[in-house]
Amino acid sequence: MTEVHGQLWTIKQLFTYPNEYIYWTVHIALYPYITGLVAGAFVLSSLYHLFGKKELRPVSRFALVFSFALLLVAPMPLLFFHLLHPERAFNVFFTPHYYSAIAAFGLVFSVYGLIVASEIWFAYRPHFIAQSQSRKGIMGLIFKVLTLGSYDLDERTAHIDEKAVKFLAAIGIPSACFLHGYVGFIFGSVKTVAMWKSPLMPVIFLMSAIISGVALCIWTYILGMKFFRREICTDTVRSMGRVLAWFIILALTLEMLDFVFHGYTAEESWSILSKIIFGKFKFKIFVLQWGLGMLLPIILLFIPKLSTIRAFVASTCVLIGVWMMRWDVVIGGQSMSKSLAGFMKYKMPIWPHTFEEFREGLFSVILLLILPFIFLCIFNKFTPVFTEKKCNFDTEEAH
Amino acid sequence: MNRRDLLKAGLVAVAGMVIPLNALEVFDDEAKAAVKAAIEMVPKKRRWAFVVDTRKCVGCGMCVKACKMENEVPFDADVSRTWVERYVVLKDGDVLIDSPKEARYGYTKNDPMGREIKEDEIAKGFFVPKLCNQCEKPSCVQVCPVGATYKTEDGVVLVDRTWCIGCGYCIMNCPYQARFFHPVYNTAEKCTFCYHRITKGMKPACVQACAFGVRKIGMLNDPNSEVFQIVMNERVMVLKPETGNEPNVFYIGLDKIVR
Repeated sequence: MTEVHGQLWTIKQLFTYPNEYIYWTVHIALYPYITGLVAGAFVLSSLYHLFGKKELRPVSRFALVFSFALLLVAPMPLLFFHLLHPERAFNVFFTPHYYSAIAAFGLVFSVYGLIVASEIWFAYRPHFIAQSQSRKGIMGLIFKVLTLGSYDLDERTAHIDEKAVKFLAAIGIPSACFLHGYVGFIFGSVKTVAMWKSPLMPVIFLMSAIISGVALCIWTYILGMKFFRREICTDTVRSMGRVLAWFIILALTLEMLDFVFHGYTAEESWSILSKIIFGKFKFKIFVLQWGLGMLLPIILLFIPKLSTIRAFVASTCVLIGVWMMRWDVVIGGQSMSKSLAGFMKYKMPIWPHTFEEFREGLFSVILLLILPFIFLCIFNKFTPVFTEKKCNFDTEEAH
Repeated sequence: MNRRDLLKAGLVAVAGMVIPLNALEVFDDEAKAAVKAAIEMVPKKRRWAFVVDTRKCVGCGMCVKACKMENEVPFDADVSRTWVERYVVLKDGDVLIDSPKEARYGYTKNDPMGREIKEDEIAKGFFVPKLCNQCEKPSCVQVCPVGATYKTEDGVVLVDRTWCIGCGYCIMNCPYQARFFHPVYNTAEKCTFCYHRITKGMKPACVQACAFGVRKIGMLNDPNSEVFQIVMNERVMVLKPETGNEPNVFYIGLDKIVR
């Protein structure tokens, strides 16, 4: 039998249209997940650069560089793993069709990438100059290239650098919000999928993006400090914890509001959508996404005197919860047939026997999730992320 | 300047801003075209349209077979540009719907959803052939990021196989699930009303293959076409009108349970 795209992992129940399969699979869940982490990490770094939250200084540079590492991976699930013609991915630059919600992705993404890259350059300029003068060989050459020929280092240029970083952080926040709100719009504007069609979608995606990004920064910061055997700054962790907790409340409120609205207006599709929410996905939504991913972290984070271990557990839960949210939206949304008379079950390929099974399966997901950390390690050679030796936030010493 | 002068000047300024904006509207192309159309009764756009008379369908599946062969969609692949759905409503209120193998082999047994049903249990039963609705406002065209899918001047939605990137956004956005990935080309695939045939004066493969006159094609803007006559004079319905896609496939005898 000729295999049809989607047949491998779709199990149909009751009546679904013959051409109906789960066409948007795990990579479409992974794509907003990683994009969300990008936006969240950037917002966290901006809290220090823009709003001067001093206790966040130890993580501000790390969050910025990590955001860039994640940014490089963000389009990969979409472009290289999801598209059936990845070799034509750049067609979207040649003939962008701007009525499409994903046509501007390249543009939005590139602009945001440029902002982050420039901010990193301004933040690390003194470091690049110092390294290019003291190091020899290939590394010296790379640092020379990274300076972009600018070797001025006096009070005036330092002031300009600082201003540029502030300015880029300021325009970066709306761009980060736009980048991720836009991802939400891609889903929210699909009028044929009842679970997605909601004007709240962009805001919901944005909030969950921020919480996942902050949670990942807490998580990686604690692990990184343990790895390098450095002191973990309690105040820093507590400050990140507070940001995380308040945004979780916002995210949870919006997500609940969305469901309440679907249920209260009870349009035609509700009869089957409710069977997805309260039936097939009830454990995933209520226990994993909301219980483990939001309520538990809120409790853990709001109990006074937040300890490192508590913050670590809470951020791990948030990361799992947001992943479940992406899964429930992408897979859950497609689990109900457009015929409103049947369901589809998604069975992700695990052990790859063919290239298709690898591309659409668990191992490509693991690969994509490890990749940002590999990038972070490489970037760390050029833009060291954990430079603070002590947790003293009052001094204005250079990093 | 006293208060009276200020108010006067303000009024003049507001009026000055509003009038030129309104005046410009007279020269707007669309406004001009609307006036022209109203005076001259300019004929509407050329539109291919389709009529499906569900009352006549017997579920033989010949249309599906013909379509698959004509359009080179692998016969054994579980996707199709057109398909036939079977609806059986039982006296106890149960509704059974299926379309096994898109009905490419036809319905030969009384076994909706694999259930053996006695004839006296059935309240009503009928078949509904489906195909691309060649919507007036196709949401699939709207969302294609690279413009690989487009609407021709005579209203048929086509896909450029050499440019489609295979993202599936159009497939997600089709309310009728008329789209799928072609198993060989790995690009979005759909019914084209057999555009390669109709533009040469022939009928689509499914229309040609239907022995019961269920499927009819014609020009919606041609008062002499059978399609025009049916759409104008009979009570027809379209599928999922709430999506706002404005389909160009019109159904006779559609039941409320059909989606």
